[in-house]
Amino acid sequence: MKSGSNLERILESGHFAVCAEAGPPKGSSPKVIQKKGGPLKSCCDAVNVTDNQTAIVRMSSISGCVLLKELGLEPVLQMVVRDRNRLALQSDLLGAAALGIRNVLCLSGDHQKFGNHPTAKGVYDIDSIQFLQMVKTMRDEHKFINGEDISGDVPFFIGAAANPFADPFEFRVTRLAKKINAGADFIQTQGIFDVAKFVEWMKMVRDRGLHERTHILAGLIPMKSVGMARYMRNNVPGLSVPKVLVDRMADSKDPKEEGVKICVEAIEQLTDVEGVHGVHVMAVAWEDIVPRIVEEAGLMPRPVV
Amino acid sequence: MIVGERKPFDEIVGFVRDCKKILIAGCNECVTVCCAGGKKEVGILSSALKMAFSKEGKDLEVKEVTLERQCDPEYVQQLSEYYDQYDAIVSMACGVGVQELAMSYQDKLVFPALNTNFMGASQGQGVWEERCQGCGACVLGRTGGLCPIARCAKSLLNGPCGGSMNGKCEISKDVDCVWQLIIDRLTGLNQLQMLEDIFPVKDWSCAGHGGPRKVVREDLKS
Repeated sequence: MKSGSNLERILESGHFAVCAEAGPPKGSSPKVIQKKGGPLKSCCDAVNVTDNQTAIVRMSSISGCVLLKELGLEPVLQMVVRDRNRLALQSDLLGAAALGIRNVLCLSGDHQKFGNHPTAKGVYDIDSIQFLQMVKTMRDEHKFINGEDISGDVPFFIGAAANPFADPFEFRVTRLAKKINAGADFIQTQGIFDVAKFVEWMKMVRDRGLHERTHILAGLIPMKSVGMARYMRNNVPGLSVPKVLVDRMADSKDPKEEGVKICVEAIEQLTDVEGVHGVHVMAVAWEDIVPRIVEEAGLMPRPVV
Repeated sequence: MIVGERKPFDEIVGFVRDCKKILIAGCNECVTVCCAGGKKEVGILSSALKMAFSKEGKDLEVKEVTLERQCDPEYVQQLSEYYDQYDAIVSMACGVGVQELAMSYQDKLVFPALNTNFMGASQGQGVWEERCQGCGACVLGRTGGLCPIARCAKSLLNGPCGGSMNGKCEISKDVDCVWQLIIDRLTGLNQLQMLEDIFPVKDWSCAGHGGPRKVVREDLKS
């Protein structure tokens, strides 16, 4: 075991994993993240805590992770290289390890232009792939990026993101390979709406044998309204929402129900794709729908490993 | 070239409001090519300032001069014979030129008339784009000759990020994704395998994060 995390144990023992996401608040109350965590506890193997998502300042990801841990959930610490240089990243990793956080997801982060501090300097001292390499070196060699020794263990199960829907399509698999070579034990993908395109990507992944070298968790974003569907189709770079799904949301008398249905259908299709080892449900501001989706997708109860 | 554009007129007026005689110094290099601070622009600024002063019932005497280069002491010295007759110098060079004047003429106020934008290239009439950030350790040999430091919004060395769509950067549909351009170019050259290796962490110290930079060529020093 690299980290001994629940997520690692689930995946390494061959179970199909379920992750969800809880975004910290724009404020200091612990209740927000506790409330989001509550319903996720029994239906997920691990819960991602986002790191100033969409470049909007929020309670720190590490704090959110600790609050979830106190409730008995297993957190995945998301970290972006936008806001921290190599010193801060390594320092926070040591702190996270000391606090018992065992999963980390290494990300570039949305550009600061999109957030609520658009004039901030983006750090980007190292990029997400170099970040993965750094965490792996810290864990496996007990060394900082400068080669100096680290005292104590840094036991992280290391994750990375992949977006099969961004361009250029073919190179996305090469970039995935780089992330795996850099140290990614697991991958959480961008939200999948265009299952056919994802299946095509997975074939390319399998052709290079990458599915055997990492655990790929397929990302899902349940849609709450037709407005959300349209917004994601038209305004979010790197998302591919087929028109047929927007139409289904528009034609439905109960869009929330339709959104759940679409999500469950996608999960059912994705569980059959060779090399997909789990799902990652990103129910932004709709965390309490996750138990129902997991239940209806036939993924309950969660295994105890 | 270094690309600059003239500051808002009111800002320049603010600098010289209390002057009676000013020297406006253009530069015959980059800022002439990008039509921001050459002989022609010196003339236009001079006329505009005189007009603005005259509207307020004030006189302004302006000496117009355009130096061959303001980034070279040899040319900056050409002002030494007469600069002291003026209340202030307004430089229409890039930030380098403004500072060369300021350091050469310690007893004279020097104001910038331009905002210095970037090192870039002309992309048609009236359009310039950034191409180089002077990071001090050129990566172009590994990126198909196109710079991800200057042209990727995140300066990713192992791009493209997940926001690349239809060849465009996530920050704007008007910005090309340089990683798409790099991949297209290396694909055409049958060199895409260059991108398989992880690009190592970059030394940013020579990019300005190690403090102000200096180049010393021992072989050329006098």
